[in-house]
Amino acid sequence: MSRRRHRALPGFGLALGWTVTWLSLIVLLPLATLAWKSASLGPERFWELASSPRALASYRLTFGAALAAAAVNLVLGTIVAWVLVRYRFPGRWLLDALVDIPFALPTAVSGLALTAVLAPTGWIGEPLRDLGITVVFTPVGIAIALIFIGLPFVVRTVQPVLADLEPEIEEAAAVLGASRWQTVVRVLAPTLAPAAITGFALAFARAIGEYGSVVFISGNRPMQTEITPLLIMTRLENYDYAGATALGLVMLVVSFGMLLVINLLQGWSRRRQVAT
Amino acid sequence: MTITVDHVSRRFGAFAALDDVSLEIPGGGLVALLGPSGSGKTTLLRILAGLDRPDSGRVIHDGSDLLDRPARERDVGLVFQHYALFRHLDVFENIAFALRVRKRPRAEVRARVEELLRLIQLDGLDRRMPSQLSGGQRQRVALARALAAAPRILLLDEPFGALDAQVRQELRLWLRRLHDEMHVTTVFVTHDQEEAFEVADQVVIMDRGRIVQVGTPAEVFDHPASDFVLRFLGQVNVLGATVAHGQARVGALSLAAPDLPGDERPARVYVRPHELELALSEGPELAPARVVRLTPLGAALRVEVDAGELGRLQAELDRGRAADLGLRAGQEVWIGFRRARVFAEDGRAAA
Repeated sequence: MSRRRHRALPGFGLALGWTVTWLSLIVLLPLATLAWKSASLGPERFWELASSPRALASYRLTFGAALAAAAVNLVLGTIVAWVLVRYRFPGRWLLDALVDIPFALPTAVSGLALTAVLAPTGWIGEPLRDLGITVVFTPVGIAIALIFIGLPFVVRTVQPVLADLEPEIEEAAAVLGASRWQTVVRVLAPTLAPAAITGFALAFARAIGEYGSVVFISGNRPMQTEITPLLIMTRLENYDYAGATALGLVMLVVSFGMLLVINLLQGWSRRRQVAT
Repeated sequence: MTITVDHVSRRFGAFAALDDVSLEIPGGGLVALLGPSGSGKTTLLRILAGLDRPDSGRVIHDGSDLLDRPARERDVGLVFQHYALFRHLDVFENIAFALRVRKRPRAEVRARVEELLRLIQLDGLDRRMPSQLSGGQRQRVALARALAAAPRILLLDEPFGALDAQVRQELRLWLRRLHDEMHVTTVFVTHDQEEAFEVADQVVIMDRGRIVQVGTPAEVFDHPASDFVLRFLGQVNVLGATVAHGQARVGALSLAAPDLPGDERPARVYVRPHELELALSEGPELAPARVVRLTPLGAALRVEVDAGELGRLQAELDRGRAADLGLRAGQEVWIGFRRARVFAEDGRAAA
């Protein structure tokens, strides 16, 4: 008459306990400290620090550039994944390996390299300067750095789904009378959407937290090209721990909120095609 | 409307997938393209669908060359072996796809899809996703999807290949009934001769990019044009022989081979298991053998015999006859050929 239910997969209790403990230690504890530190400021002081004009400008830049970069990656990353999966050409393996470089490279190195290339004296910066376009030390430069570091996320999430998608699906659409455009809009895009949104969310999350590659290319001018992570560093260097934690908490809350929305969106688009 | 395949060839590098193929597919008929893998049957189907182009030749249908039009303008329905359903769309929207891309009015789409759902006996499952259906149900949805826009030609590529034996059997009969109701010109590809015989009016047997025989199931089974066709259409005993002046010799037995006059040369004798005679006592044109193994196969009994220099042979006889003979393993019996076909080793001449 045991009240314990027996499961086909044993060890649920142990596994769940371990997961919760581990997540608490690694994720929740540092976050709680952040919240605790900020709470010691008192609401008025916190609001003053978190909503200073300089801080507001940095939020706009950080989240705006991250969103723009993730959006660009959504499109370009899907195209790269498409080419890697659908076509066979010499050097494909090399291209495939190149996609992971932004993962592996120390971000400071990426930042230095991008700055060198895009600076008015660089290979790409020079022709751009002749056209009257400056990239380095502008928000555009920041977005480019974020696109660079976020690229692998979309490619690597979309790639397996695409590889799994039989070419027959497209043939079926064509025989049923769909034009190429109708096939893309009605068949391919909705099928790839859940994976693409996941890739977008990862690229976005990574871009919000990015620091190393941005500091070199942004110029870090307050109110113009200063991202929030850098502003936090500046506060810390001035021993303004309270100011740093206030900014940190704002980033935490906003990022969490946005990722939650993206997750819901993704869950919704996935539910539409998988059994419930 | 008859489809005329006119001298169509298709090469993939050095491999000739279709080698100068010509074929008439009667309008409203149900034709099976039957052959082993690599025989070109799927290539021909894909050319009809517009998913592949021949290097040369024409495909005439309704007074124009089908090859002039891309797949989406051909008005064909195509069913794939692995269904190829749109996994992000439910059953209703899968079937409605061809109508949606043609921008038909909502009411018409709804009426047509509901009609097809009844036809495939899946009414009530219209909001299921493909992942929630069994293999047989998915293939029925794929068929309904192919039929939605009322195609002039229906093409099926090994449509039952991925299903288990019982479902396959049901769907074959169902497809045959469906065709009898709708009379849409239908071409289907299979490597399973039983399936081809059961479903099709006409069987087109292909081998290495060429058509080797066209006919009704009875015609091709009873009068195979070559030893390839004979061997491909079901189990057969093959015996080495020599043939001279219209007479073939297999061990101590001799057979008439009037189509093979001329001097002595090697030949092969083909005997289907049900054409092998078993007797308990010696007689003219009988050879001694020993029963090795008895296997019941439904109403028939398969008897494997060891006929000495003729080798191991398979015979099939009905259970009643087997009981009369009182067969058991190890028994000495006599075998003869009720019917046999002789082909010279070099090719086509038959007896």
